[in-house]
Amino acid sequence: MTISLRKGVSLFDKVSGPWGRAAVIAVPTVFLLLVFLLPFLVIFKISVSAMEAVYFTDVFTWADDALTIKIRLGNYLLLAQDSLYLETYLSSLGFAALTTAICLFIAYPFAYFMARSPADQRAALLMMVMLPFWTSFLLRVYAWKMLLANNGIVNNIAIAAGLITEPIPMMNTSFSLVLGMVYTYVPFMILPLYANLVKMDLRLLEAAMNLGATPWQSFWRITVPLSKSGIIAGSMLVFIPCVGEFVIPELLGGPQTLMIGRVLWDEFFSNNDWPMAASVAVVMVLMIIVPFAFFNKHQAESST
Amino acid sequence: MRHSLKPSAGQITARLWMGAVFLFLYLPILTLVVLSFNGSPTVTSWGGWSLRWYQELSQDTEIISGLLLSLEIAFLTACASVVLGTLAALSLHRFKRFPGRTLFAGMVSSPLVMPEVIIGLSLLLMLVSMQRWFGFPERGLATIWLGHTLLGMAYATVVVQSRLQELNPQLEEAAQNLGCRPLQVFFLVTMPLIFQAIGSAWLLTFTLSLDDVVLASFLSGPGSTTLPITIFSRARLGLSPSVNAVATLTVAVVSVGVLLASVLMARGQRRRAMEMAAAYRGEQA
Repeated sequence: MTISLRKGVSLFDKVSGPWGRAAVIAVPTVFLLLVFLLPFLVIFKISVSAMEAVYFTDVFTWADDALTIKIRLGNYLLLAQDSLYLETYLSSLGFAALTTAICLFIAYPFAYFMARSPADQRAALLMMVMLPFWTSFLLRVYAWKMLLANNGIVNNIAIAAGLITEPIPMMNTSFSLVLGMVYTYVPFMILPLYANLVKMDLRLLEAAMNLGATPWQSFWRITVPLSKSGIIAGSMLVFIPCVGEFVIPELLGGPQTLMIGRVLWDEFFSNNDWPMAASVAVVMVLMIIVPFAFFNKHQAESST
Repeated sequence: MRHSLKPSAGQITARLWMGAVFLFLYLPILTLVVLSFNGSPTVTSWGGWSLRWYQELSQDTEIISGLLLSLEIAFLTACASVVLGTLAALSLHRFKRFPGRTLFAGMVSSPLVMPEVIIGLSLLLMLVSMQRWFGFPERGLATIWLGHTLLGMAYATVVVQSRLQELNPQLEEAAQNLGCRPLQVFFLVTMPLIFQAIGSAWLLTFTLSLDDVVLASFLSGPGSTTLPITIFSRARLGLSPSVNAVATLTVAVVSVGVLLASVLMARGQRRRAMEMAAAYRGEQA
């Protein structure tokens, strides 16, 4: 509701003046260009170089008045040829998709009930969803280790209760990995869904009811389509970071649960092969670029 | 009347569903707290109540020095993130058109979802290249701070921006019409109105930084081992009871902190609402 003085120029432009405006934009822009964008160009460059002792070779060299550009595609060829890399990429996408689907299944009814609960309870409920978020993520993931281990709490209780005689192996499996990721990311699904559902105009549902729709029909044909942007935002907030997740697979996953974040970590920290780690990262970026563009477009729309 | 007192099937489903989700969210935290008082040296079998892990913790120099470093980084991160995040939120909220706005908006929100291993690796490789050309920076506190600030700024922007969207622009316009200069408008009108959001953003980025293990592992140097790096390396090896004690202490500090902050904020909000009501009354008289 800004009063436009001229077309496209809000009163705030006048208030801040051209210099103030430039300064406000310039500071975060310079920071982001240097700390976010430039590093991307750097890893792209390093991914086509080779590791040499403790440092990587230069892509561009200048000697005898000649600029030599040496682009080494060995890392990318290896990624394409070694089937283990391909399998790992696919399995990361699979685990991320499964996690997103389960999060949506848990979070949608939750957010819906939260949005429809009495207005004076909503703030407290929201607080209760946020509170675990404030305590260390690392420690909460670690806690699942204690719950799920063979001699862990869940197995101990089940054995004591006589439900099972032998502990069920749950740790270091796909189950524990997905459980850990769902646990960590479910609030990221709840919050955008809630923010969307709470703003919905309930008169639309009344109108549908008056026109003879059953509650089920009005849910699927009105509530769900209207909450589309919340579903997209939540799904992207869960899916994209899950693809490259490292800590959860490392603590809760096993040798069978292939995740690309772990491969990148090992290439860097164990094999000390920085160009290879960079190539793994570049391919990962290419893999998530479509959902990523989707997310950014969505964010940009919600910020205007 | 009797009909309305009895919860419907829908309400029962709602309560069960919400209860189950809350149980899921809080079960691990409860486990950590209870087991931190476990006297038995095997983490998951109960050996009576005891404070032995807290005693051991007080002598654990690795954890204490890690905590001090983490707190220092978290404090610096929160301050820098809030300043940069507020500027970014103002840019996005106020200036609907400027060259590169799409790129800017994309860069601001990307760290929210970008896998941390990618941010950590790319930032580290850039810093290493920089170090080779210019001789700085050494890996350590400053480099971890830089990485955390990138992440924190993205979160701070979201928090501040959502508050800016709720504001009534007429308040700032009124101040301007009454002769305030741009900086005065910001510090006398906008700032008090978004102060609460800036406070939450500060706390959020502080905890984010205190919690991060991936960026810190990439960006730390020799001698700059943060608390999460220590905890993570112990948790990787297996179950460690001292980790439970750390967890319980964090839970206690966070609960008190969040409770205190929300009480203070609620009080501030009430006072502001009263002042505004008084101002409106004065206008009418």
